[in-house]
Amino acid sequence: MSVVADSMPVAALRRIGAVAVFLGQILARIPASLGKPSLIVAQVYNAGARSLVIIMMSGLFVGMVLGLQGFNLLQRFGSADQVGVAVALGLLKELGPVVTALLFAGRAGTSLTSEIGLMKATDQLTAMQMMAVDPVRHVVVPRFLGGFIAMPLLAAMFSVVGLYGGQLIAVSQMGVDSGAYWSNMQNAVALREVNEGIMKSIAFGLACSLVAVYEGFHAAPTAEGVGLATTRTVVVSSVLVLLLDFLLTAAFFTNS
Amino acid sequence: MEGKPSQDSPASPAQAGDAVIEVRDVRYAVGGRAIFDGLDITARRGRITAIMGPSGTGKTTLLRLITGQIHAQRGDIRVFGEDLSKISQGELFDLRRRMGMLFQNGALLTDIDVYENVAFPLRAHTKLPESLVRQLVLTKLHAVGLRGAARLMPAELSGGMARRVALARAIVMDPDLLIYDEPFVGLDPISMGVICRLIKQMNEALGITSIVVSHDVQELSTIAHDSFLLSGGKVVAKGTPDELHRSAVAEVKQFMGGLADGPVPFHFPAPDYQRQLLEEEA
Repeated sequence: MSVVADSMPVAALRRIGAVAVFLGQILARIPASLGKPSLIVAQVYNAGARSLVIIMMSGLFVGMVLGLQGFNLLQRFGSADQVGVAVALGLLKELGPVVTALLFAGRAGTSLTSEIGLMKATDQLTAMQMMAVDPVRHVVVPRFLGGFIAMPLLAAMFSVVGLYGGQLIAVSQMGVDSGAYWSNMQNAVALREVNEGIMKSIAFGLACSLVAVYEGFHAAPTAEGVGLATTRTVVVSSVLVLLLDFLLTAAFFTNS
Repeated sequence: MEGKPSQDSPASPAQAGDAVIEVRDVRYAVGGRAIFDGLDITARRGRITAIMGPSGTGKTTLLRLITGQIHAQRGDIRVFGEDLSKISQGELFDLRRRMGMLFQNGALLTDIDVYENVAFPLRAHTKLPESLVRQLVLTKLHAVGLRGAARLMPAELSGGMARRVALARAIVMDPDLLIYDEPFVGLDPISMGVICRLIKQMNEALGITSIVVSHDVQELSTIAHDSFLLSGGKVVAKGTPDELHRSAVAEVKQFMGGLADGPVPFHFPAPDYQRQLLEEEA
């Protein structure tokens, strides 16, 4: 029993160490990879543009729910015209980055992991090594950067669509004045709060992209191995996003 | 290398005899089980060397050793005179630019078409103008008979076509050494004949030293200059394919004759048959 209890933290530490080393390898190769921007642009398109529909639809629905819940709560205190502030703060500081990251892990993260894992299983990565081409530089770094760049852009898109979703409910359905919805939002939301959301989405983009490429690159080269790696990407990314969200929120709260 | 593909003079028949690959007293074990113990193999310049052996004898592992993907626990492996255990990653990559490898499944990059697959090493290692890249790619595709398939995606190719594209990719940098991993597996007789002819052509026309790992005795006998038969982690026979066919060694006779039972047993080690059946009934 004690062996199992001892080995789990050791295994976890070893894994964290391996991920850190892998991140170091990626960072060391970024300057060289920037020499071929077309590879990175293609991955921004894959991870970003192809996730746009699911992100915008989700943003719209989340904004509409926030509009409904916010209106329901605020009208009890006679502050229904503040619903725009509630929607904006909820989206920009919290739900925008977090829900986008969770969707990103499920849509783009799994795609990255399975693609790299299958390339490994079908000897494509070994073939690159045999052609004296570094697969980390050619395959991993562009995908990592693509995800890292796409994630904050998707979070911004989620929040913007969500604001319009909130307006759709609060203004069109509940009768809140359109001017009050937008002007109260403009007055109450500080740039610092927008920056909080941006920094969160950057951190989540880094975490989700790193987990996705790490799991793909280290997947066992079998159908089962790729399947397990894809599942791990979703689980680890989701837990990591929620953990980072708490840590960053606590840090911003302490510094505010 | 930068700016143009390798222009190192390919081996000519006159140079035949120099060792391109030397494997000396190699031991390689996985989890305590020795795959090789005391392995000695030499592949000479300008010749086709066949590495044969039953499934599970470590033929592909040997290729991974001589391409520096894994390292032996004992012994020396020299490729083009370089000791693989003593060179850096950068030097290993420089060495690999002089090699081409044909994988069992082709290992084509699935997100780009045939043309881009063949152009891939050129784009990665040279700054050749696009017009020259195009000429080289089309020349190599023409050599394997697939110039017309340049814009097909790998998923649209048959197994034999994929292997021919992989061969075009393997020779696009004009390597000195070509390594073939089970090139005949899963091919119909026509595709097998085509690949066989191409291996011979590459060797004769370009003087490329070739290592062919396979268990297709008949096909290899028609093209190989030297053959090594592996069994039990060692070379059990070497010589020309004819010499191997005439060998009186039991392992060699079993393999070359395709006999079901012999030194390599038909049955995987198991408990006594009758006793096991009775135990299960009980």
